[in-house]
Amino acid sequence: MTALHPAAPDVRDLPARPEWPDATGHFGVYGGRFVPEALVAALDELTEAYEAMRVDPEFIAEFGRLQRDYTGRPSPVTEVARFAEHCGGARVLLKREDLNHTGSHKINNVLGQALLTKRIGKTRVIAETGAGQHGVATATAAALMGLSCTVYMGEEDTRRQALNVARMRLLGAEVIPVTTGSRTLKDAINEAFRDWVTNVETTNYVFGTVAGPHPFPAMVRDFQRVIGDEARGQVLEREGRLPDVVLACVGGGSNAIGIFTAFVPDDGVRLVGLEAGGDGVDTGRHAATITGGDPGVLHGARSYLLQDDNGQTIESHSISAGLDYPGVGPEHAFLHDMGRAEYRPVTDAEAMEAFALLCRTEGIIPAIESAHALAGAMVVGRELGPDSLLLVNLSGRGDKDVETASAWFGLGEHTAPTDSDERAVEAGRGAEPGPGLDEDQQPTEGAVTNDEAVAGQDAGEQA
Amino acid sequence: MSALETAIAAAKGEGRAALIAYLPVGYPDVDTSIAAMVAAVEGGADVVEVGVPYSDPGMDGPVIQEAVDVAVRAGVGMRDVLRAVEAVAAAGAVPVVMSYWNPIERYGVDRFADDLAAAGGAGAITPDLIPDEASTWLAATERTGLDRVFLVAPSSTDARLAATAAASRGFVYAASTMGVTGTRATVGDAAERLVARTRSVTDTAVCVGLGVSSGDQAAEVAAFADGVIVGSAYVRALLAGEGADGVRVLSAELAAGVRRAKVRT
Repeated sequence: MTALHPAAPDVRDLPARPEWPDATGHFGVYGGRFVPEALVAALDELTEAYEAMRVDPEFIAEFGRLQRDYTGRPSPVTEVARFAEHCGGARVLLKREDLNHTGSHKINNVLGQALLTKRIGKTRVIAETGAGQHGVATATAAALMGLSCTVYMGEEDTRRQALNVARMRLLGAEVIPVTTGSRTLKDAINEAFRDWVTNVETTNYVFGTVAGPHPFPAMVRDFQRVIGDEARGQVLEREGRLPDVVLACVGGGSNAIGIFTAFVPDDGVRLVGLEAGGDGVDTGRHAATITGGDPGVLHGARSYLLQDDNGQTIESHSISAGLDYPGVGPEHAFLHDMGRAEYRPVTDAEAMEAFALLCRTEGIIPAIESAHALAGAMVVGRELGPDSLLLVNLSGRGDKDVETASAWFGLGEHTAPTDSDERAVEAGRGAEPGPGLDEDQQPTEGAVTNDEAVAGQDAGEQA
Repeated sequence: MSALETAIAAAKGEGRAALIAYLPVGYPDVDTSIAAMVAAVEGGADVVEVGVPYSDPGMDGPVIQEAVDVAVRAGVGMRDVLRAVEAVAAAGAVPVVMSYWNPIERYGVDRFADDLAAAGGAGAITPDLIPDEASTWLAATERTGLDRVFLVAPSSTDARLAATAAASRGFVYAASTMGVTGTRATVGDAAERLVARTRSVTDTAVCVGLGVSSGDQAAEVAAFADGVIVGSAYVRALLAGEGADGVRVLSAELAAGVRRAKVRT
């Protein structure tokens, strides 16, 4: 709907809003509302307020102004030629959501939902967070708009992502470590729903991804689709054609839906979602929900999920806290079943190889989440060859992941494995460089100790 | 009349509300949990909610989640639940399964309905399934004659109260407060208002849950509701290590409570 982004003059040829979900939030058989009755009134209120706000010129203007002046939109598209040498010679363009204020695409959605919170007269927001990016973004929007903010985060994740916990607290948010269940993102969502059902009179739940009960999947998509709307225009302008493939990582799936939506009507454009394959889908230790899961109900919607024979949610595993989620947004399930998008797993090791490669060939430290999409580009590029044009959503920057990456690659004494990165300890990766680094490259230590540093222009050329 | 309607009508015939006890299957283990359900019946419960363990019990507070987590980790499944249903029926009370939706869907909706009916279960309470999403469950319960209990809440609009009550059979579960399960010092008058609002749109029995833990609270709620649902207090007795005996004592206290209420319906 052009009405959503009239203030963005460089976005042209804006595609129409998808005809799904239906009025009750169903994407085919997926989506819907599987929630306690106590939440239905709040979800109805949110749906009604959102549908009114979506087409309100005052909101459209304010949202556009915030995206431009606060977030820094439009985010640029960067061609990464040296990285692309490892992608079978395919040309690779990155959509730079890592350059947004707060460092990821999450800000796009929270600004919209924070404005909606004010519109319905509520004074407090709650949020769940895994890697902490959505929590930081929500805390940021709450500070900006004078809302009180509580963020639920699995205790396990508060340890893995201590930097983001500190950021949220600096921004004035209360961070509550969740100690129930597996102590990760899925349990943080459970606790946030419990808070919401108890405090719904004053509180709005700012949901971070395109999952959850209606209207969240559609609303978050609408707020995130600016990524693809911009990127489609940018690629057309610079290349005079559409990309062959659009790639994005998929946890809950908000950055992927954000970049896919504009391209869904373009039949010639392949959409590829990269799921977190963890140690490998066949090991059972992964978060590849569509690749390795089945349809079911979790967190208020029907979609694919990782579950056992009793219908219990299986704990997911990924080096990336932001993808470490056993569910996925219902629109992805729908796009998968209709064959419009394909979903592939990327292991921890493959993601970390791509992570290191982008750092050393392009001077861009990606979020480990986004590195899964980069790893996908390396595979798809080799499949398609030199004439192909790939668009990758670089959904976030990797500052938050420096400690995890250092432990994985065995860099420096201050990054020896500690209790703060149990995954690295668990995998015994502290002492030796992990398998992610290109073996033909100079030792990574060289690059940081300066003795045998590989000159930047030579790095990564051997592969 | 359905099995739940019969049980609630029988209590009403004695001039009192029904006592409905919730216990999860599998805490601390399957056999002990079944013994606890039987003890709840011996103490005076008319109906037992046989709880299906679930990994993500979004409507439950910390007491119930703590117990249920143990059962989930032990791999307790529908087969154990059906065994508990049989045991409760054999003990002379009406068993009704209480389950989040995914375990039922995973087991197979029709298969669940058939096996539950065969085990002597009255039907199921589904806290995260609203009638809007329940078409397969409505069809399965029509086919088998099982009860289906949906929830209403203080925030429900009049239109939703009417639609939800119309879809329910057995009773309507009135969630007394906006919040999750757990014991509370007071039940509050929100519950009474909700019961009155629900009664104005349906002839189906209305039972109240969330927050009742003592005989006095049971008496208070029994004064205006057709049934009093107690969950966390029973689970707390098990968590405290009081075992089936503790459950029996609590049940007797609650049963006395529903009998001394001055019914003002």
